[in-house]
Amino acid sequence: MTATVWITVGGLCLVTAVIKALGPLLFGGRQLPSLIGRVIPRLAPALLAALVITETFGGHGRSLVIDARAGGLVAAAVAIAARAPLAVVVLCAAAVTALLRALG
Amino acid sequence: MPARASGRLAAGVRAGVPYGVAGTLLGLSFGVLARPVMGPAATIITSVVVFAGSAQFAALAVLSAGGGAAAAIVAGLLLNLRFLAMGIAIAPSLPHGALGRALRGQALVDASWALANRGDGSFDIDLLLGSTLAQYPCWVLGTVIGVLAGGAIGNPDSLGLDAIFPAFFLGLLVAELRRSRAGMVAVAGAAIALALTPVAPAGVPIIAAALAVLVPGRLRRRAPVAAVTPAARSSPDQRR
Repeated sequence: MTATVWITVGGLCLVTAVIKALGPLLFGGRQLPSLIGRVIPRLAPALLAALVITETFGGHGRSLVIDARAGGLVAAAVAIAARAPLAVVVLCAAAVTALLRALG
Repeated sequence: MPARASGRLAAGVRAGVPYGVAGTLLGLSFGVLARPVMGPAATIITSVVVFAGSAQFAALAVLSAGGGAAAAIVAGLLLNLRFLAMGIAIAPSLPHGALGRALRGQALVDASWALANRGDGSFDIDLLLGSTLAQYPCWVLGTVIGVLAGGAIGNPDSLGLDAIFPAFFLGLLVAELRRSRAGMVAVAGAAIALALTPVAPAGVPIIAAALAVLVPGRLRRRAPVAAVTPAARSSPDQRR
């Protein structure tokens, strides 16, 4: 297990550094084609929305589950609507999820 | 460093602090969850050298399930692929040499990238660097706290720590939507992820959601984030 863990750490470090460097290296300092330039501002909402979905409803393996995290996400949405600071938002999500699990 | 750049850097640090505070809790949850699987040292070192929350959680999920190193690395890689897109997006804003660009790319994290997005296709790189500078120590510190406290916490699920991550991304998303009104793009991205989560390996639904950028409609941006700091508001030329 120990070797597996350290190989994972080293591998993750390497692939993360390479992926983060690749875009700036290959496309640095010049204008992107205008189509790419126009879609890029839209990447953030698309990717962030997808991350919300997969982190909330992703189960073990390839599955979709609705569990206490969904309740936590609703709590987060309420906190965000009330313009709470982000740290408060994530604490609300954790608290409600914990509460639902304690009750369930 | 020119005064203007250091001013933007400082603005980035200030803008990054709220994300850093939330990131501490994220790091804490990683520390608690990873310690029993990876051991205390490897858990902390992962946060120090990888610094990519979603990839770390994905790799951890594979290891927890008894998977091997290759599967864990691929899971992390898939979740990190979005940084390829983000890196291409910031590239035209990097007038530096190859090494300088590659090094600045290392500062890419979701919150900083979203903050630095001016909405016209360009990015405020100094703001991005400052914001990451504020978040990195928080992420590592949170992990250390999680590792140290993990033994006392017992079952981390009972604390709802796994809900912290989606809540964090929801916060980033709403902040982005308040600026860009790209609601339809977000809905399309969510729908793609929802449809693919039951059938595709972790990470793939997120990459596929990038196709949501093709949803028709003009993106209207209200105010670039960079303008929220008083300094930038009083002297707009600082944003160039």
